[in-house]
Amino acid sequence: MASSRVITHPLSRRQILKGGAALGLGSAAALGLRPSWANPWGQTNIYSKGIEVGPEVSLAIRRESIPIDGKEARPFSINGTSPGPMIRLKEGQDAVLRVTNLLDEPTSIHWHGLILPPGMDGVPGVSFPGIAPGETFTYRFPVHQNGTYWYHSHSGLQEQLGHAGPLIIDAAEREPFRYDREHVLLLTDWTFEDPMSVFRNLKTAEGYYNFQERTIADFFADVREKGLSATAEMRGMWAKMRMSSRDIADVTGSTYSYLLNGHSPEENWTALFQAGERVRLRVINGSAMSYFDLRIPGLKMTVVSADGQPVQPVPVDEFRIGVAETYDVLVTPEDDSAYTIFAEAMDRSGYARATLAPREGMAAEIPERRKIADRGMEAMGAHDMEGVEHAEMERGADGDREGMDHSTMQGMDHSNMQGMSGERSRMNANGMLAAGAAQPGSRYDQAGIGIDSGERRVLVYRDLKAFTPWPDRREPERELELHLTGNMERYMWSFDGKKFSEVTGPIRFNKNERLRLILVNDTMMEHPIHLHGMWMELENGQGELIPRKHTLNVKPGERVSALITADAEGSWAFHCHLLYHMDAGMFRVVKVA
Amino acid sequence: MKTRRLLSGTGTVLAILTFSTAYAEEGYDAPADWPSPMAEHNMAMALFDRLEYAVPDKGHEELVWDFQAWYGGDVNRVYLKSEGENVQGDGEDAEFESLELLYSRLIADFWELQGGIGYQGGVFSDDHAERTYGVIGLQGVMPYGIETDVALQVSDEGDVSASFEGEYDLRLTQRLYLQPRTEIAMAASEVEEFGVGEGLNSVRVGMRLGYEVSRRLAPYVGAYWEKRYGDTADLARASGDSSEDTAVVAGVRLMF
Repeated sequence: MASSRVITHPLSRRQILKGGAALGLGSAAALGLRPSWANPWGQTNIYSKGIEVGPEVSLAIRRESIPIDGKEARPFSINGTSPGPMIRLKEGQDAVLRVTNLLDEPTSIHWHGLILPPGMDGVPGVSFPGIAPGETFTYRFPVHQNGTYWYHSHSGLQEQLGHAGPLIIDAAEREPFRYDREHVLLLTDWTFEDPMSVFRNLKTAEGYYNFQERTIADFFADVREKGLSATAEMRGMWAKMRMSSRDIADVTGSTYSYLLNGHSPEENWTALFQAGERVRLRVINGSAMSYFDLRIPGLKMTVVSADGQPVQPVPVDEFRIGVAETYDVLVTPEDDSAYTIFAEAMDRSGYARATLAPREGMAAEIPERRKIADRGMEAMGAHDMEGVEHAEMERGADGDREGMDHSTMQGMDHSNMQGMSGERSRMNANGMLAAGAAQPGSRYDQAGIGIDSGERRVLVYRDLKAFTPWPDRREPERELELHLTGNMERYMWSFDGKKFSEVTGPIRFNKNERLRLILVNDTMMEHPIHLHGMWMELENGQGELIPRKHTLNVKPGERVSALITADAEGSWAFHCHLLYHMDAGMFRVVKVA
Repeated sequence: MKTRRLLSGTGTVLAILTFSTAYAEEGYDAPADWPSPMAEHNMAMALFDRLEYAVPDKGHEELVWDFQAWYGGDVNRVYLKSEGENVQGDGEDAEFESLELLYSRLIADFWELQGGIGYQGGVFSDDHAERTYGVIGLQGVMPYGIETDVALQVSDEGDVSASFEGEYDLRLTQRLYLQPRTEIAMAASEVEEFGVGEGLNSVRVGMRLGYEVSRRLAPYVGAYWEKRYGDTADLARASGDSSEDTAVVAGVRLMF
């Protein structure tokens, strides 16, 4: 029984065959080999690419022909699928993960977000030498955490071609929320190009993939809307800086097919539910380069976990998920109808889509796509303004903020807001900002470019609040400030102006110190910054209840900070999780000693 | 042949490029046989910014190229640049107005300092007068997005000249662009053999309308106006050319 807004159309035999072919299997074989999802009603754990249940798991890495979006493709496969299977571990287990390299090049798997011994982290050149062709490497580590994580290759650009998969750890004790059913939603960005040529295009021709640049038509539209002098002033500023305010994503839908669980929007992967069930969606952004804004029109989502760690429930209509982040949301569809899971790329050049439905073969309306936004003055925050008066900048920034809807702010706990202004003056004994206080220059109350919190309730970092304080309550003993830097024209990306090849040593953390890491984004791109081996407690102004994350999105011009307990002796990777930024040099080694 | 001198220069420039960056494993206990976690890649690209057929109002029709290619990393690169033309119906082979091998170093976010050697003369023929020169230049993007190439040349005879090229892409649609372009040539002394007078030699202003079929291929049409000044104009007139001309062009921008 479908409601009026649901279009149902039975699958033709041809479509079924096409769907089967997309998995690289005949339809009969798909039914035979994929019981885990061919019978989706029979269990609560559904991930369409197969499940490997721990503690002992063997994974074989191959490069093989598997059609993607119905087209000929040669992705990396893990146990025959791309993206790889879901690995399911249980908190308290001793995991034994055997990875066999059946490629003709070295490979690796990094367990993203897991706290484990440094030799098991899977970063070639930092944790281990990598896995040579024909070799099997056995990862062994105790599992001390639970939640939604993922895994991916840390070798070269392999991650771009499907060398990734979800990693779910079931909790040893009851989680602070309940649900009847769960689905994993793994977002990826697939290209039929060779990743090395994508990199070369970025390096040799700025804006190669951007087909949403400003044109003179946009200029005249702005003149009509804002007047000639305001438009000319704004455009003049951007032109003077030799930058594009439409530089939202380096690699776009012009080459990417945005996939959800390996399926294109047209293939419409379907997650099933029964009306009235509470469904847990474990959303993972396993993309190489793409931020997504995810919503399910008609359903309120309750965010219950961020980067695998529980947070106090936040009801939202939409959330932005940076590359490598994970969010768990609960939805309770009451109607026996289909809902579209709509994950729009941040630059609006495309989207991933799936359907949440009570039966297979259903579909709901696909929302209208939004137009790309222009970056405003906030992106220039820390930038070299070259003669642009500072006063103008301030005015511009304020103007932009006024454009935001304040309903979000009202919806927030008001005591927090008061706390925020108080925090600025609150210093600890070391003369530093008190633990948990938001850095001046942070924009935790904003979701970021092109997302309108007036239109619907959008998750912002400030909403994230832990259930109970994380164990280490010490004030920071030391502050370490790192600038996120780059040269857009040359596609050089770095920390503190130095690419990885230009630094001579690691970033040093003192064993067991309580450290405040301050990240200042001097560029006009977002950067999802990932620290291996240790949590980063995001100082989003929630005081004792600051959330902890493995990947922090730092918006252009923003200054954010995180508290770190440097308890993981050894060498760890620290980098921007935009794959081509990392490869261009935005990578460091952190040594805890 | 003087082009041989260019080739011997190649080795020197490549040697400068290959002193590779120190490995960053130092200081974090990675065994020596482990790979570097992030490998740097050298890149190469080639661009025919203009490959066009020009039909002037007064002068001869000609096939014109404006080419550059580079190989290297983010900071150090080797450039091969060439501009030249084959004048149609003059019975002569094509001529390199310039063929340059340059070492290039990034000195600011948008600017590369370039230096090397150049050759002017026939393309594998003796149809044209030849000379070699040393060149130092600055290539980059000026504020407001004007792509710029300024260079100073000193010939093997000690003659000094300078050139400026600037172009700008005005985006009409995502694929259609309008490209104004200016070239200015100057010289410190007269070199009659090459039609070069003292002072301001020539100014050429053009406009091209291109369509990007892809980022690598953009056919275009356009026009330019050119004026020669002073002694240069006199030399042109003496050899039967006019000192002022306009032309229409059709061509293609190609990137590899």
